[in-house]
Amino acid sequence: MADVQVDARGLNCPMPIVKTAQAVKAMASGQTVEVLATDPGSVKDFAAWSKTTGNDILEQTADSGVFRFVMKKK
Amino acid sequence: MEEQPVNFVVFSGTEDKLQALAVMTAGAAALGKQVNIFLQYWGLEAFSKERIDADLGLAPEAGAAGKARVEAAAKAGQAAWAETLRQAKELGEVDIQACSLSMDVLGLEESDLDPLVDGVEGVTAFYLNAGQGQIVFI
Repeated sequence: MADVQVDARGLNCPMPIVKTAQAVKAMASGQTVEVLATDPGSVKDFAAWSKTTGNDILEQTADSGVFRFVMKKK
Repeated sequence: MEEQPVNFVVFSGTEDKLQALAVMTAGAAALGKQVNIFLQYWGLEAFSKERIDADLGLAPEAGAAGKARVEAAAKAGQAAWAETLRQAKELGEVDIQACSLSMDVLGLEESDLDPLVDGVEGVTAFYLNAGQGQIVFI
């Protein structure tokens, strides 16, 4: 179970990333966040966000149109 | 090289272009990039207290079908452009400045502007803050 949950289902770009960045800003280093999103752009967006910010993606799954990411704050 | 800011000159004041500005800004803020926004003419007018929550219409190329699609997206819960910009400002470094010449042309005072606007400056100050970063004109 991740430390923080972000439910961004139904939100359009860039809100899944914005909500996640807001949550991560309030987290301590090493804590994890689990994000659920339905925006089809989110797979590439979270990859780019992780690469730029250094917050690693630990898990990534897709199930019936819902993308799930677990990331760790740098 | 030190990371350069992303700089937007906002001339247009239609909903669709402001939505594009808000999305680009929020994305940059989420990546930790500094964003500088310089408001001119109708882009500036859209940030007045009187206009910020008004229906500002769409660019002419939208047409009736485009308008229907944008309205459907709004109904489906797409955040208003001003709300997206507010969130971007909470998240990162987003500085929004009004062009002093446009303030004069439109007869606006600083007290007429929405609190999203951080201040009034001239074009020289904008270029200084823009550094070597790209400048995008909307």
